[in-house]
Amino acid sequence: MTEPLLKIENLSCGYSSFKLEGINFSLPKGIFAGIIGPNGSGKTTLFRGIMGILPILKGQIFINGKNMGSFSLKQRAQHIAIVSQSTDNDDIPVEDYVMMGRYPYFQRFQFFETKYDRELAYRYMKKTDIFQHRHKLISELSGGEQQRAAIARALTQQPDLLLLDEPTSHLDIAHQVSILDLIGQLNKDFSLTVLMIIHDLNAASEYCDKLILLNKGKIHSQGTTEEVVTYQKIEEVYKTPVVIQKNPCSGKPAVFIVSGNLKATNK
Amino acid sequence: MTEKDRKYIKWSMVLIVLTFILIASALLALSSGELKIGLKKVLELILGNEDKASINSMLINQIRLPRVLLGIAVGGALSLSGVILQGIYRNPLVEPYTLGISGGASLGVAFVIVLELQLKLGEFMLPLAGFIGAALIVFLVYFLSSRKGNISIERMLLTGVMVSFIASSAMMVLMALSDTENLHGIIFWTMGSLDEPNISLIYLTMIVAISGLFFSCFFAKDLNALRLGKEKAMHLGIRTNLVTKTLFFLASLLAGVCVAVTGVIGFVGLIIPHVLRQIVGSDYRILLISSFLLGGSFLVLSDLVARTIISPNELPIGVITGIIGGTIFIIMMNSKKKKK
Repeated sequence: MTEPLLKIENLSCGYSSFKLEGINFSLPKGIFAGIIGPNGSGKTTLFRGIMGILPILKGQIFINGKNMGSFSLKQRAQHIAIVSQSTDNDDIPVEDYVMMGRYPYFQRFQFFETKYDRELAYRYMKKTDIFQHRHKLISELSGGEQQRAAIARALTQQPDLLLLDEPTSHLDIAHQVSILDLIGQLNKDFSLTVLMIIHDLNAASEYCDKLILLNKGKIHSQGTTEEVVTYQKIEEVYKTPVVIQKNPCSGKPAVFIVSGNLKATNK
Repeated sequence: MTEKDRKYIKWSMVLIVLTFILIASALLALSSGELKIGLKKVLELILGNEDKASINSMLINQIRLPRVLLGIAVGGALSLSGVILQGIYRNPLVEPYTLGISGGASLGVAFVIVLELQLKLGEFMLPLAGFIGAALIVFLVYFLSSRKGNISIERMLLTGVMVSFIASSAMMVLMALSDTENLHGIIFWTMGSLDEPNISLIYLTMIVAISGLFFSCFFAKDLNALRLGKEKAMHLGIRTNLVTKTLFFLASLLAGVCVAVTGVIGFVGLIIPHVLRQIVGSDYRILLISSFLLGGSFLVLSDLVARTIISPNELPIGVITGIIGGTIFIIMMNSKKKKK
């Protein structure tokens, strides 16, 4: 059996007020996985643990079979890149911003990027369709373009694993689809392993091969979208009634919310 | 020509122009004053082709040149300190004195003056007390803002501002208790001056300033990453805690030495990085060194104005940096608004 790209064993990490506990899952190379769960269930805390921002209290994280416990931040950044929830709105030229993805490979006394660094940044700016904006400032881009620039920067890190923390949370549906299509394409083209936190359950079930449902700092369930997106599980975790049907185009589970008025009528 | 080449050529041009401005400012400051000396003569006097004992030679080599060198070192160091602090705090309004460095130094000096220690133990007590006062405040701010080895940037800034207020108030208590002569001494010191008779202190300031510039350049990449915020910089492999601590102490050392030697010269650390961000952008690889060069020129020219505008009397240099700096700042803000 081939080694999973990411393997998390009995992980516990967090803060004094909130901890993730008993987290176990693994991701094979090239999978597009999603993390879903209500607000405060520990999704971003899990990412912080994986990235080394929060100390690991218990358990282990392996990437390509290597225990990440002894990894420095720089080594982690050479294996894992993250696109955060918040967009960057600084006065940084797009090209310089994307080039920052090469920082994990810079030597302490290296002042300038190499030709290879530049080639990579250009390649991924073209791939994410922001090459034409490379001379603009990040703050001059639209929300969707900023997210594309952030993805280009993450790709320039040449990671084995791409983490995305709600990459479409502030975008309209057209831009949501465009960003998620892009991530899906990158997942296919580069066999890039993707782990994405996403609130939109329909988008999660439409794009992800595997879903991990978190609740109160623990994994409630994990599996294919059909296994996880069921009305029992969703209602139990999110504490609101939903209707689950199949998307007529893709056949994937689609979640319909039930308004308070309807709940009252049906009682 | 590739785009990379274009960027580096632009940076090289900026450095050449700023170096030229620095040299021109220094020569202007050396030749101007109550006694005007031609540029050619100035160069001859510095290079030693003239009689060392002549009045002109003594004026240039023993009075004006040390003052210009100190101006370059202090202007450069304060601007560098400002740009570093603005980088780690991600706040363009922070300057070296925001964190209580000036308050601490002033308190130390006021203490010495009130106790008349400079008369009993020697003039060196003034810069020494200034530096100790600044260092104590810096360590106090640091320890009050760290928890279990982690630094909270926001807490550090707020603590700095509060400690600064406390130190300034404590100094006012000392001023209220001191007699007229000591009061004059304290006020004069807090207004800042490049008139430093001790050449060793000038050399020391120059060494600290140039070493600080050299050392800070190794952190240019880290400062660039910090523009994205602490957590995102960590995602890029930057050890933000270590970087923040190192740069905080470096910036404090630079400002502490400057304030100890020259007194409080405000505004340089705020205005110079601002002006340069408009011209060269916010990439710290160019911003650090260009801030140093322009800061040096600005202070040398401010000092020239301070000592010539009401000649033979001299204005405190802090007054000039405030007036010129503030005016340039407002003009630049308005021109930016019009462009938009």
